[in-house]
This record gives sequence, structure tokens and C-alpha cells, in this order.
Amino acid sequence: MQPEELIPAGEFCAFHHVELSFIQNLHESGLIGMTVRDGVVFLPADDLPALEKFTRWFYELDINPEGIEALSHVLNRMERLTEENKVLRNRLRRFTNGGTAEPGEMV
Amino acid sequence: MDFIDYYKILGVNKTATQDQIKSAYRKLARKHHPDLNPNDKEAHKKFQQINEANEVLSDPEKRKKYDQYGKDWQHAEAFEKAQQDAGRSGRQRGGGGFQGSGSFQEFNGNFDGGDGDDGEFSSFFESLFGGAAGGSGRSGRRTSFRGQDYQAELQTSLADAATTHQRVLTVNGKNIRITIPAGVENGQVIKLKGHGAPGANGGPSGDLFITFTITEDPRWKREGNDLYMKLPLDLYTAILGGEITVDTLSGKVKLKVKAETPNGTTTRLKGKGFPVYKKEGEFGDLYVNFEIKLPVNLSEKEKELFRELEKLRKA
Repeated sequence: MQPEELIPAGEFCAFHHVELSFIQNLHESGLIGMTVRDGVVFLPADDLPALEKFTRWFYELDINPEGIEALSHVLNRMERLTEENKVLRNRLRRFTNGGTAEPGEMV
Repeated sequence: MDFIDYYKILGVNKTATQDQIKSAYRKLARKHHPDLNPNDKEAHKKFQQINEANEVLSDPEKRKKYDQYGKDWQHAEAFEKAQQDAGRSGRQRGGGGFQGSGSFQEFNGNFDGGDGDDGEFSSFFESLFGGAAGGSGRSGRRTSFRGQDYQAELQTSLADAATTHQRVLTVNGKNIRITIPAGVENGQVIKLKGHGAPGANGGPSGDLFITFTITEDPRWKREGNDLYMKLPLDLYTAILGGEITVDTLSGKVKLKVKAETPNGTTTRLKGKGFPVYKKEGEFGDLYVNFEIKLPVNLSEKEKELFRELEKLRKA
């Protein structure tokens, strides 16, 4: 298993001009991970794209943390449904345009 | 190049205050932002227009110029050209006109989920303010963001998708050689990190997302890692049994047919299906569905023999 890559939260905050309390809020909502080591807050590098997205929503679109939490859940659900839809469409391809499905086929 | 009514886009009137413009922009941006409308090109286009309108109307200087020349932007362009010509001839009258000062990417990098050319301003905007936008005054917050993500589509045949192969993609004029692992699925998206638009204000580059479209194959249908095919079987082999040849992805294989095989029987060839994505040496199965073909254009002798068979069966 590869060790988790961590980024100091302070560095992210300084780079993006955001407040640490905002990140803590997201962490409390379960939207991002956070680790505290020797009093320093770290963020998993894998969470950075999501964190940048939430930062945009908060600062650019004025969406409050509760709204971010709700939106994130809905979008994740939408993503899962899109994936399910893709799988079903691919399965449907077998049965259309001269597919091979036969009633009562024996295997 | 049509005139674009930025006020109409934001749904505000010409006397709207900066606060009203900001509020209208945010309301519309929340509705059409690409983050909230993944893979929705219409929403993305609309978001570009909203951004462009906000870019102009939230900047008092640009708004003034837009109000002044907006509808007659073509004249403004001619006016600008005359000014530039005058400047070149040494008269130096009042400088550079509408050219913005920042980089285009500064503006472009604030959202992701694009499809390659998104984030560009309309030709109307470029005529009025130049190709490079300053992006000033949008929200008063100058931050670094990763670059915009690009979306691309790649079509490949079923047979090609069954082998690991290389393809060269041209994205925004740049050739990218990619290795496509065997077993990719129709609709599957592969991410190439850092191959999107450059980041804003020193932010990292976006990613390139490639969606695979696998074309239909006349021989096989794919479902997950399994392949399905219909195989015509002559009546005599179906009744008496025998050996037939089956086309598989790895070549032809011999298949034993049991005597008295009913029409529509499906038999499985283990490990002769599609390679499993990123699992070397693992394959799905191939399902062969027999379609018994009845003989046609029978000779008198054949008919006689079939009648004899019928009598035997009914006796």
C-alpha cells in the first residue's frame, strides 16, 4: 500500500487565500480528510481537486457550507447513476441491432 | 459576429448597481456552473456567456465602454483602429484602447469541466476589449487555481480495444501519445493528469479526460468482459454432432458440437472473451449461440430421404 501524501493545510490556505475554518468546516461535514500531526493540520493530496472545487463554490458562487455538503451528495449520486446508466446502455447494446439474446437459451 | 446584450444575459437593466450585477451573476453562475452541471455542454456555454457578461459589467471602465460603444461595436473597432494608426504615426493620443492587461488563462482557470475550447470569450468580446481579458474586479479575490480540464472523445474498434495499443491525439494543437490498455469499455473515461489547460496564477494544469467510444463489431457483442456471438450451424452437424470452427479475438478455435444440439443453444468458451482491463492474462468468456440453418432447394432424392425419416419417426 502506498503511503498517503499529505499537504500542510496552511500552505493550501496561503496559496488559495482561504481561511482554515472553511477547511475545518468541510472536514466536519465529511467532505474532505484531515490529519493533525504535532499540532499541524495536513490535508490528503488526493482531496485537493475536491477541495479546490468546494473553494470555488464557496468564494465564487457564494454557496454556504451546508449547500456545499448537499450539492456534493447530489453530484456524487448523479455520478453513480451516470455510471450505472453507462453499464446498462452497454448491456442493452447486446440486445439491439441483431443482438444474440434468445428466449430460453441454454448455457 | 452578433451584438451581445450583456445586460440581458445577466437579466438586469442598464441602471443596475454593481451589487445587483454581482447578485445576478452569482445566481446564474450557481445554476450553470460546470462543476454543478458535469458533461452538460449547454450549461457550459451559458456559463461562458454569463462570465463574459460579468467580466464586462462588473468592471466600471469596461462597462462604460460597453455602454458607449456596445451596440455600435463595429464603429468602436474602427475608431480604435484609427486611434492606433494615429499613435503609430507619432501623435500619441491617449494610448491603447480596449486591450486587457492580464492573461486569458487567469479567467479561464476558474472553472473546470470544459470541452477543449471553452472559457474563450466571444468574438464580440474580443472585438470590443481585445483577446486578452484582465479579469479584474470580478470578485476582488485573486487566487491561484488549477487549469481547466479538457474533454476528448476517442473512437476505437472492438478488436483494437482488445489489445494494448498506442494512439496519438491532437488536443489544442498538441500531439499527445497515449497507451490504451486492453479492455477499455465503451463510455469509459481515462484521465491524463496535467494535460489540460495551464493553471491560473501559478496553479497546476488541468487534466485531460478521454471518453472511449467502441464501435459495434459485426461478429461479437460485448457485455462487460464477455463476448456473445451467433453462429450458423447446419442441420446435419446439429443432429449428428461434429466439429466447427469459431472466430475468437485470438484467432480461430475448433469447437465440438454435441449430437442433437437444439436450436438456440448457447455454449461457453472459457477465457476466449475480452481481456479484463488492467489485469494482464485475465479474460472474459465467449458465448456462442447456435442458429440452426435448415437446408433449402432440396433435390427429389433428399426429399425422399426426409419422408423416409419422417415415417421412421412416426412409426
